[in-house]
Amino acid sequence: MRYTISALVENKPGVLARVASLFRRRGFNIDSLTVGRTEKDEISRMTIVVDGDERVVEQVTKQLNKLIDVIKVSDITDNAVERELCLIKVHAPPEKRSEIVELANIFRARIVDVARDSFIIEVTGDEDKIEAFIDLMRQYGIKELARSGKVAMVRGAKKG
Amino acid sequence: MRAANALVKALEEEGVEVIFGIPGGAILEVYDALYDSSIAHITMRHEQAAVHAADGYARATGKVGVAMTTSGPGATNTVTGIATAYMDSSSIVVLTGQVPRPMIGNDAFQEADITGVTMPITKHNYLVTDPKKLLRIVKEAFYIASTGRPGPVLVDLPKDVTVADIEYNYPKKVELLGYKPNYDGHPKQIEKAAELIMKSERPIILAGGGVKISNASQELLELAETISAFVVTTLLGKGAIPETHPLCLGMIGMHGSKYANYAVQESDLVIAVGCRFSDRTTGKVSAFAPNAKIIHIDIDPAEIGKNVRVDVPIVGDAKRVLTKLKQHIQYKQRKQWEDRVNELRRKYPLKYKNEGFKPQYVVEKICEIFPDAIVTTEVGQNQMWAAQYYKAKYPRQFITSGGLGTMGFGFPAAIGAQIAFPNKTVIDIAGDGSFLMNIQELATCVYYSIPVRVFILNNGFLGMVRQWQQLFYRKRYSATCIGCKDVSFEKIARGFGAVGYTVEKPSEVEDVLKEVKDVDDPVVVDFRVDYQANVYPFVPPGAALNEVIDEEG
Ligand SMILES: Cc1ncc(C[n+]2csc(CCOP(=O)(O)OP(=O)(O)O)c2C)c(N)n1
Ligand SMILES: [Mg+2]
Repeated sequence: MRYTISALVENKPGVLARVASLFRRRGFNIDSLTVGRTEKDEISRMTIVVDGDERVVEQVTKQLNKLIDVIKVSDITDNAVERELCLIKVHAPPEKRSEIVELANIFRARIVDVARDSFIIEVTGDEDKIEAFIDLMRQYGIKELARSGKVAMVRGAKKG
Repeated sequence: MRAANALVKALEEEGVEVIFGIPGGAILEVYDALYDSSIAHITMRHEQAAVHAADGYARATGKVGVAMTTSGPGATNTVTGIATAYMDSSSIVVLTGQVPRPMIGNDAFQEADITGVTMPITKHNYLVTDPKKLLRIVKEAFYIASTGRPGPVLVDLPKDVTVADIEYNYPKKVELLGYKPNYDGHPKQIEKAAELIMKSERPIILAGGGVKISNASQELLELAETISAFVVTTLLGKGAIPETHPLCLGMIGMHGSKYANYAVQESDLVIAVGCRFSDRTTGKVSAFAPNAKIIHIDIDPAEIGKNVRVDVPIVGDAKRVLTKLKQHIQYKQRKQWEDRVNELRRKYPLKYKNEGFKPQYVVEKICEIFPDAIVTTEVGQNQMWAAQYYKAKYPRQFITSGGLGTMGFGFPAAIGAQIAFPNKTVIDIAGDGSFLMNIQELATCVYYSIPVRVFILNNGFLGMVRQWQQLFYRKRYSATCIGCKDVSFEKIARGFGAVGYTVEKPSEVEDVLKEVKDVDDPVVVDFRVDYQANVYPFVPPGAALNEVIDEEG
């Protein structure tokens, strides 16, 4: 199963290397990892999606907590708003364009670049939505694809 | 103040008495500052040995050991020492020189990315990029190394940082958002543990190195006596309670005594304190203490449930948790269990065939003649015989590389211990192969008159490996003969200016040991023992603790 772990870390050089090194050394599988600043400049949030069973996730959480630069770790798998951003460069010959635009609209995706026979489309959402959209685009021919990895936040008043 | 001077002053403020190291270009400023300091410096002959010495000092005293080296090769030579300290949770601070900041990343002369290299083997490390942060970093380094679950911390010092001018304001406190060790066990969990303990009929206490680190020996002993539990230990837990105590069964695991291993297997409750259930201790995990509930007390939450299923986890400092636990338990006699374990002890004693010249006999005699010495070991058969036949009487007496199993550890670690305790006898129980890995430190011992006693159980082999080849590789002795029967350690010792002996027969053992007792110089005794001797009992890898191979006959 895939778990989403949110870690608040000190915004210092080397933190990412420490986290990555820990995952590699302990043989944990990272599905995606994102990092960016939070409301406080000196603190960053990492959102890590790991693949494994409950034991693995427990170890990941505990081992992450042991890193001095890691301030707080939470498993937010079941209780978070999760978003990912995806850029898709899709083959778009004139006769298919309106069809693609329509699909993009349904997904609230945006065309952010138009070239002679291709679009770059930006889509955000949870994983299912993005997967579904990518799937739809395949029929036109995906030339390139870039995904941001997941960012997540605990719902409601609780902090994660 | 020059940052180098400020650093040395900070070290003084941390109570550092001695630094083990080797100077070089990138660390020259700090060495220059050290010249005027009250801190002693022992120039070792290899940086690996410097770190082991700091580690030995730390383990013998409970204080932070400090090692210092130059950049590049000086720094990379520390790696084995750091990994050794990391695996055994030893509190050391390693200071390394680094090329000046503007040159970092350019593959400058003697540049090595030592913070990158040591990331997975340090508790934490720092590259000082801003001289203004130097003192805070030093403060944090000592704090992190010595609190919670201790471990090595490395501080990498670019040369231009050490010459910078800074204000001396050594912080009084540390503020680390992400580091708050939990010392007090959860009261509910402690109550639950007490309930299990009072219900148990056949309790065993498993003491690890954490008991010694937390100075919890007295509390552990009280617990054992109150609930009539037998105490077994890991290799690092040796001496957590006196091994001469009637409730102490000594070491369990791969080379533990049969009676200790059997007692664990028959127990209905294992109270594990400050240990991490390594495979060398548990044997086959799924068959470890199959009928027992497990209480696990450890300061590191990540150790709980990592290897073994646990019924009552308690995260906290061993001493504090045991003190609290005491308030919830009452004296209970467990006559049946006592009788049963004592029967096991009678039926399956630790023994060896004492014919020819047996290494076990040498260790027994060392234990007899030097009962209170600090004993370090190398790695291999020598280490296991030392663990089996040297009975530790106090907590920080027995010092060995458990987790990493580092050959070459014992001798420099003994130097560190001897520096800490100049009036104690310090012995390295060595193997011929291991001793050769840091033999250059004889020069250090002679130069500084450090009277360490190295007792080599010379079997001419990488004996432990040879033993595995004999038992598991059809006696195909690939690459394990090292010919040390033809090496004169006696002459080598003399060449360095130390005292050397060669002992060929068991009848000479006692006399020589007594003779070297009062020698003021470093001593090397080459005991030319039978090379065929093996370490038994032996729980082969992957077997359960009760599936033991023993010596025939
Ligand atoms: C640095 C290092 N290299 C290799 C090993 C693997 N190893 C484990 S025990 C051993 C043999 C040690 O030989 P010796 O010091 O003579 O001890 P003995 O087993 O003969 O008592 C070896 C090579 C090790 N533990 N450490
Ligand atoms: Mg040997």
